[in-house]
Amino acid sequence: MATDVNGAAEQSGGLVFHPMDQFIIKPLFGDGAVGVFTVTNITLWMAITVLATVALLVLGSSGRATIPTRMQSIAELAYGFIRKMVEDVAGRDALPYFPYIMTIFMFVVMANFVGLLPGAFTSTSHIGVTAVLAMLVFISVTMIGFIKHGAGFLSLFWISAAPLPLRPILALIEVISYFVRPVSHSIRLAGNMMAGHAVMKVFAAFAPMIIISTGIGLVVTPLSILAIAAIYALEILVAFIQAYVFTILTCVYLKDALHPAH
Amino acid sequence: MEGDIATMGAYIGAGLASVGMGGAAVGVGNVVGNFLSGALRNPSAAAGQTATMFIGIAFAEALGIFSFLVALLLMFAV
Repeated sequence: MATDVNGAAEQSGGLVFHPMDQFIIKPLFGDGAVGVFTVTNITLWMAITVLATVALLVLGSSGRATIPTRMQSIAELAYGFIRKMVEDVAGRDALPYFPYIMTIFMFVVMANFVGLLPGAFTSTSHIGVTAVLAMLVFISVTMIGFIKHGAGFLSLFWISAAPLPLRPILALIEVISYFVRPVSHSIRLAGNMMAGHAVMKVFAAFAPMIIISTGIGLVVTPLSILAIAAIYALEILVAFIQAYVFTILTCVYLKDALHPAH
Repeated sequence: MEGDIATMGAYIGAGLASVGMGGAAVGVGNVVGNFLSGALRNPSAAAGQTATMFIGIAFAEALGIFSFLVALLLMFAV
Protein backbone atom coordinates (compact mmCIF):
# COMPACT_ATOMS: atom_id res chain seq x y z
CA MET A 1 0.00 0.00 0.00
CA ALA A 2 2.69 2.45 1.04
CA THR A 3 4.75 1.78 -2.06
CA ASP A 4 1.65 2.24 -4.23
CA VAL A 5 0.95 5.69 -2.84
CA ASN A 6 4.63 6.55 -2.98
CA GLY A 7 4.83 5.62 -6.65
CA ALA A 8 1.74 7.63 -7.49
CA ALA A 9 3.06 10.56 -5.51
CA GLU A 10 6.34 10.61 -7.38
CA GLN A 11 4.60 10.57 -10.73
CA SER A 12 2.34 13.56 -10.11
CA GLY A 13 4.98 15.73 -8.44
CA GLY A 14 4.29 15.27 -4.74
CA LEU A 15 0.50 14.96 -4.54
CA VAL A 16 -1.34 11.63 -4.58
CA PHE A 17 -3.63 12.95 -7.31
CA HIS A 18 -3.76 16.14 -9.31
CA PRO A 19 -6.22 18.68 -7.85
CA MET A 20 -7.60 19.54 -11.30
CA ASP A 21 -8.40 15.90 -12.14
CA GLN A 22 -11.91 16.32 -10.75
CA PHE A 23 -12.82 18.69 -13.60
CA ILE A 24 -12.03 16.25 -16.43
CA ILE A 25 -15.05 15.57 -18.63
CA LYS A 26 -15.42 11.85 -19.35
CA PRO A 27 -18.02 10.02 -21.45
CA LEU A 28 -20.52 8.26 -19.22
CA PHE A 29 -20.70 5.11 -21.36
CA GLY A 30 -17.53 3.63 -22.87
CA ASP A 31 -14.41 5.72 -23.36
CA GLY A 32 -14.68 7.16 -26.86
CA ALA A 33 -13.95 10.76 -27.78
CA VAL A 34 -16.20 13.50 -26.38
CA GLY A 35 -18.36 14.87 -29.20
CA VAL A 36 -21.17 17.41 -29.22
CA PHE A 37 -23.89 14.92 -28.29
CA THR A 38 -21.83 12.57 -26.09
CA VAL A 39 -23.46 11.89 -22.74
CA THR A 40 -20.74 12.84 -20.25
CA ASN A 41 -20.51 13.14 -16.48
CA ILE A 42 -21.32 16.85 -16.76
CA THR A 43 -24.55 15.94 -18.61
CA LEU A 44 -25.48 13.54 -15.82
CA TRP A 45 -24.91 16.08 -13.06
CA MET A 46 -26.70 18.89 -14.90
CA ALA A 47 -29.67 16.54 -15.35
CA ILE A 48 -29.56 15.74 -11.62
CA THR A 49 -29.45 19.49 -10.92
CA VAL A 50 -32.51 20.15 -13.08
CA LEU A 51 -34.41 17.20 -11.57
CA ALA A 52 -33.55 18.35 -8.04
CA THR A 53 -34.68 21.91 -8.81
CA VAL A 54 -37.97 20.71 -10.31
CA ALA A 55 -38.53 18.31 -7.42
CA LEU A 56 -37.87 21.02 -4.84
CA LEU A 57 -40.10 23.64 -6.43
CA VAL A 58 -42.94 21.41 -7.74
CA LEU A 59 -43.17 19.05 -4.79
CA GLY A 60 -42.58 21.93 -2.41
CA SER A 61 -45.37 24.12 -3.75
CA SER A 62 -47.89 21.37 -4.59
CA GLY A 63 -48.92 20.83 -0.94
CA ARG A 64 -50.05 24.43 -0.30
CA ALA A 65 -50.34 23.75 3.39
CA THR A 66 -51.22 26.61 5.69
CA ILE A 67 -48.46 25.50 8.00
CA PRO A 68 -45.67 24.88 5.47
CA THR A 69 -43.48 21.83 5.61
CA ARG A 70 -39.73 22.28 5.44
CA MET A 71 -39.69 21.75 1.68
CA GLN A 72 -42.53 24.21 1.12
CA SER A 73 -40.75 26.78 3.28
CA ILE A 74 -37.61 26.50 1.16
CA ALA A 75 -39.56 26.81 -2.10
CA GLU A 76 -41.49 29.84 -0.81
CA LEU A 77 -38.38 31.46 0.63
CA ALA A 78 -36.53 31.09 -2.67
CA TYR A 79 -39.47 32.57 -4.60
CA GLY A 80 -39.91 35.50 -2.24
CA PHE A 81 -36.17 36.16 -2.04
CA ILE A 82 -35.66 36.40 -5.80
CA ARG A 83 -38.87 38.34 -6.39
CA LYS A 84 -37.85 40.94 -3.82
CA MET A 85 -34.36 41.10 -5.35
CA VAL A 86 -35.73 41.75 -8.85
CA GLU A 87 -38.12 44.38 -7.52
CA ASP A 88 -35.47 46.15 -5.42
CA VAL A 89 -32.58 46.10 -7.89
CA ALA A 90 -34.20 46.24 -11.31
CA GLY A 91 -37.48 47.97 -10.47
CA ARG A 92 -41.15 47.00 -10.77
CA ASP A 93 -41.14 47.02 -14.59
CA ALA A 94 -38.57 44.21 -14.55
CA LEU A 95 -41.09 41.80 -12.99
CA PRO A 96 -42.11 40.32 -16.39
CA TYR A 97 -38.58 38.92 -16.59
CA PHE A 98 -38.76 37.46 -13.09
CA PRO A 99 -39.39 33.81 -14.23
CA TYR A 100 -36.15 33.76 -16.21
CA ILE A 101 -34.11 35.24 -13.36
CA MET A 102 -35.69 32.74 -10.95
CA THR A 103 -34.73 29.92 -13.33
CA ILE A 104 -31.13 31.13 -13.50
CA PHE A 105 -30.87 31.45 -9.73
CA MET A 106 -32.38 28.04 -9.00
CA PHE A 107 -30.19 26.32 -11.59
CA VAL A 108 -26.97 27.95 -10.43
CA VAL A 109 -27.58 27.55 -6.70
CA MET A 110 -28.68 23.94 -7.14
CA ALA A 111 -25.71 23.12 -9.38
CA ASN A 112 -23.37 24.63 -6.78
CA PHE A 113 -24.93 22.68 -3.93
CA VAL A 114 -25.17 19.41 -5.88
CA GLY A 115 -21.50 19.83 -6.80
CA LEU A 116 -20.61 19.95 -3.09
CA LEU A 117 -21.80 16.36 -2.56
CA PRO A 118 -18.75 14.13 -2.16
CA GLY A 119 -17.94 12.49 -5.48
CA ALA A 120 -20.20 14.81 -7.44
CA PHE A 121 -19.20 16.82 -10.49
CA THR A 122 -19.60 20.60 -10.24
CA SER A 123 -21.10 21.62 -13.56
CA THR A 124 -20.80 25.36 -12.78
CA SER A 125 -17.01 24.98 -12.40
CA HIS A 126 -16.76 24.78 -16.19
CA ILE A 127 -16.58 28.04 -18.11
CA GLY A 128 -18.52 26.35 -20.91
CA VAL A 129 -21.59 26.08 -18.69
CA THR A 130 -21.41 29.52 -17.09
CA ALA A 131 -20.49 31.21 -20.38
CA VAL A 132 -23.74 29.96 -21.93
CA LEU A 133 -25.71 31.34 -18.99
CA ALA A 134 -23.87 34.68 -19.13
CA MET A 135 -24.14 34.99 -22.93
CA LEU A 136 -27.88 34.30 -22.77
CA VAL A 137 -28.22 37.07 -20.20
CA PHE A 138 -26.00 39.43 -22.23
CA ILE A 139 -27.79 38.84 -25.55
CA SER A 140 -31.30 38.98 -24.12
CA VAL A 141 -30.53 42.11 -22.09
CA THR A 142 -29.08 43.86 -25.15
CA MET A 143 -32.13 42.86 -27.21
CA ILE A 144 -34.51 44.07 -24.49
CA GLY A 145 -32.66 47.39 -24.42
CA PHE A 146 -32.88 47.93 -28.17
CA ILE A 147 -36.50 46.76 -28.41
CA LYS A 148 -37.67 48.99 -25.55
CA HIS A 149 -35.66 52.12 -26.38
CA GLY A 150 -34.44 51.72 -29.96
CA ALA A 151 -31.35 53.83 -30.59
CA GLY A 152 -31.99 55.53 -27.24
CA PHE A 153 -30.39 52.50 -25.62
CA LEU A 154 -27.03 53.88 -26.77
CA SER A 155 -27.42 56.70 -24.22
CA LEU A 156 -26.22 54.07 -21.74
CA PHE A 157 -22.75 54.79 -23.11
CA TRP A 158 -23.14 58.58 -23.35
CA ILE A 159 -22.91 59.86 -19.79
CA SER A 160 -24.69 63.21 -19.82
CA ALA A 161 -23.60 64.01 -16.25
CA ALA A 162 -19.93 64.15 -17.25
CA PRO A 163 -18.25 67.27 -18.72
CA LEU A 164 -18.51 67.37 -22.53
CA PRO A 165 -14.78 66.87 -23.39
CA LEU A 166 -14.68 63.75 -21.20
CA ARG A 167 -17.74 62.11 -22.72
CA PRO A 168 -16.13 60.43 -25.77
CA ILE A 169 -13.41 58.89 -23.59
CA LEU A 170 -15.98 57.74 -21.07
CA ALA A 171 -18.12 56.36 -23.90
CA LEU A 172 -15.18 54.27 -25.09
CA ILE A 173 -14.60 52.94 -21.56
CA GLU A 174 -18.30 52.24 -21.12
CA VAL A 175 -18.46 50.30 -24.40
CA ILE A 176 -15.44 48.19 -23.42
CA SER A 177 -16.86 47.50 -19.97
CA TYR A 178 -20.21 46.60 -21.55
CA PHE A 179 -18.63 43.94 -23.74
CA VAL A 180 -16.47 42.58 -20.91
CA ARG A 181 -19.63 41.93 -18.86
CA PRO A 182 -20.33 38.37 -20.09
CA VAL A 183 -16.66 37.47 -19.56
CA SER A 184 -16.49 38.61 -15.95
CA HIS A 185 -20.04 37.40 -15.32
CA SER A 186 -19.19 33.83 -16.34
CA ILE A 187 -15.61 33.60 -15.07
CA ARG A 188 -16.57 34.88 -11.62
CA LEU A 189 -18.87 31.91 -11.05
CA ALA A 190 -16.69 29.29 -12.76
CA GLY A 191 -13.50 30.59 -11.14
CA ASN A 192 -14.93 30.64 -7.63
CA MET A 193 -16.35 27.15 -7.96
CA MET A 194 -13.19 25.74 -9.56
CA ALA A 195 -10.84 27.41 -7.06
CA GLY A 196 -12.81 26.25 -4.03
CA HIS A 197 -13.02 22.65 -5.18
CA ALA A 198 -9.34 22.62 -6.21
CA VAL A 199 -8.31 23.88 -2.76
CA MET A 200 -10.36 21.09 -1.15
CA LYS A 201 -8.65 18.54 -3.39
CA VAL A 202 -5.19 19.91 -2.58
CA PHE A 203 -5.84 19.32 1.12
CA ALA A 204 -7.42 15.96 0.31
CA ALA A 205 -4.18 15.02 -1.45
CA PHE A 206 -2.17 16.03 1.62
CA ALA A 207 -4.39 13.97 3.91
CA PRO A 208 -2.89 10.50 3.17
CA MET A 209 0.60 11.82 4.04
CA ILE A 210 0.53 9.65 7.18
CA ILE A 211 0.78 6.57 4.95
CA ILE A 212 3.86 7.86 3.15
CA SER A 213 5.80 9.10 6.17
CA THR A 214 4.61 8.64 9.74
CA GLY A 215 6.92 11.40 10.97
CA ILE A 216 5.57 14.53 9.27
CA GLY A 217 2.29 12.76 8.46
CA LEU A 218 1.27 12.80 12.13
CA VAL A 219 1.13 16.61 11.90
CA VAL A 220 0.01 17.11 8.29
CA THR A 221 -2.84 14.58 8.14
CA PRO A 222 -4.99 15.86 11.05
CA LEU A 223 -4.37 19.48 10.01
CA SER A 224 -5.40 18.86 6.42
CA ILE A 225 -8.53 16.94 7.46
CA LEU A 226 -9.49 19.90 9.68
CA ALA A 227 -8.74 22.25 6.78
CA ILE A 228 -11.01 20.24 4.46
CA ALA A 229 -13.87 20.54 6.97
CA ALA A 230 -13.31 24.30 7.34
CA ILE A 231 -13.07 24.91 3.60
CA TYR A 232 -16.15 22.77 2.99
CA ALA A 233 -18.11 25.01 5.35
CA LEU A 234 -16.77 28.07 3.53
CA GLU A 235 -17.68 26.51 0.18
CA ILE A 236 -21.31 26.07 1.27
CA LEU A 237 -21.38 29.82 1.91
CA VAL A 238 -19.58 30.58 -1.37
CA ALA A 239 -21.95 28.33 -3.33
CA PHE A 240 -24.89 30.41 -2.20
CA ILE A 241 -23.17 33.81 -2.44
CA GLN A 242 -21.92 33.21 -5.99
CA ALA A 243 -25.39 32.18 -7.14
CA TYR A 244 -26.73 35.32 -5.43
CA VAL A 245 -24.09 37.51 -7.08
CA PHE A 246 -24.74 35.96 -10.49
CA THR A 247 -28.45 36.66 -10.13
CA ILE A 248 -28.05 40.18 -8.76
CA LEU A 249 -25.72 41.10 -11.62
CA THR A 250 -28.35 39.82 -14.05
CA CYS A 251 -30.79 42.20 -12.34
CA VAL A 252 -28.30 45.09 -12.60
CA TYR A 253 -27.77 44.47 -16.32
CA LEU A 254 -31.53 44.25 -16.81
CA LYS A 255 -31.96 47.57 -15.00
CA ASP A 256 -29.42 49.16 -17.35
CA ALA A 257 -31.42 47.89 -20.32
CA LEU A 258 -34.77 49.10 -18.95
CA HIS A 259 -33.49 52.53 -17.81
CA PRO A 260 -30.43 53.29 -19.97
CA ALA A 261 -30.25 57.04 -19.26
CA HIS A 262 -27.73 57.88 -16.54
CA MET B 1 11.73 18.16 -12.91
CA GLU B 2 12.75 18.81 -16.49
CA GLY B 3 11.17 20.96 -19.14
CA ASP B 4 11.91 23.83 -21.48
CA ILE B 5 12.36 27.49 -20.73
CA ALA B 6 8.98 28.43 -22.21
CA THR B 7 7.19 26.22 -19.68
CA MET B 8 9.25 27.78 -16.91
CA GLY B 9 8.30 31.24 -18.13
CA ALA B 10 4.63 30.29 -18.29
CA TYR B 11 4.67 28.98 -14.73
CA ILE B 12 6.55 32.03 -13.41
CA GLY B 13 4.07 34.24 -15.26
CA ALA B 14 1.17 32.32 -13.73
CA GLY B 15 2.64 32.89 -10.29
CA LEU B 16 3.13 36.59 -10.99
CA ALA B 17 -0.43 36.88 -12.32
CA SER B 18 -1.84 35.52 -9.09
CA VAL B 19 -0.35 38.52 -7.26
CA GLY B 20 -3.22 40.47 -8.81
CA MET B 21 -5.66 38.55 -6.65
CA GLY B 22 -4.24 40.44 -3.68
CA GLY B 23 -5.64 43.59 -5.25
CA ALA B 24 -9.07 42.01 -5.38
CA ALA B 25 -8.72 41.05 -1.73
CA VAL B 26 -7.92 44.65 -0.81
CA GLY B 27 -10.87 45.86 -2.88
CA VAL B 28 -13.38 43.46 -1.37
CA GLY B 29 -12.09 44.21 2.12
CA ASN B 30 -12.48 47.92 1.46
CA VAL B 31 -16.07 47.52 0.25
CA VAL B 32 -17.18 45.36 3.17
CA GLY B 33 -15.25 47.39 5.73
CA ASN B 34 -16.79 50.65 4.60
CA PHE B 35 -20.21 49.02 4.45
CA LEU B 36 -19.83 47.81 8.03
CA SER B 37 -18.61 51.15 9.34
CA GLY B 38 -21.57 52.82 7.68
CA ALA B 39 -23.98 50.14 8.82
CA LEU B 40 -22.91 50.40 12.45
CA ARG B 41 -23.53 54.14 12.40
CA ASN B 42 -27.03 53.73 11.00
CA PRO B 43 -28.15 50.11 11.40
CA SER B 44 -31.70 50.83 10.25
CA ALA B 45 -30.51 51.78 6.75
CA ALA B 46 -28.12 48.82 6.45
CA ALA B 47 -30.59 46.13 5.44
CA GLY B 48 -31.64 47.95 2.28
CA GLN B 49 -28.06 48.36 1.11
CA THR B 50 -26.88 44.74 1.36
CA ALA B 51 -27.61 44.18 -2.32
CA THR B 52 -25.52 47.23 -3.21
CA MET B 53 -22.68 45.85 -1.11
CA PHE B 54 -22.77 42.58 -3.02
CA ILE B 55 -22.76 44.42 -6.36
CA GLY B 56 -19.72 46.37 -5.15
CA ILE B 57 -18.01 43.16 -4.08
CA ALA B 58 -18.76 41.60 -7.46
CA PHE B 59 -17.23 44.51 -9.36
CA ALA B 60 -14.16 44.65 -7.11
CA GLU B 61 -13.73 40.91 -7.46
CA ALA B 62 -14.02 40.91 -11.25
CA LEU B 63 -10.52 42.29 -11.73
CA GLY B 64 -9.04 39.71 -9.38
CA ILE B 65 -10.86 37.07 -11.41
CA PHE B 66 -9.14 38.39 -14.53
CA SER B 67 -5.72 37.80 -12.97
CA PHE B 68 -6.87 34.30 -12.02
CA LEU B 69 -7.91 33.84 -15.66
CA VAL B 70 -4.50 34.96 -16.87
CA ALA B 71 -2.84 32.49 -14.49
CA LEU B 72 -5.09 29.68 -15.71
CA LEU B 73 -4.44 30.55 -19.36
CA LEU B 74 -0.68 30.49 -18.75
CA MET B 75 -0.91 27.18 -16.91
CA PHE B 76 -3.19 25.29 -19.28
CA ALA B 77 -3.63 27.13 -22.56
CA VAL B 78 -0.16 28.42 -23.56
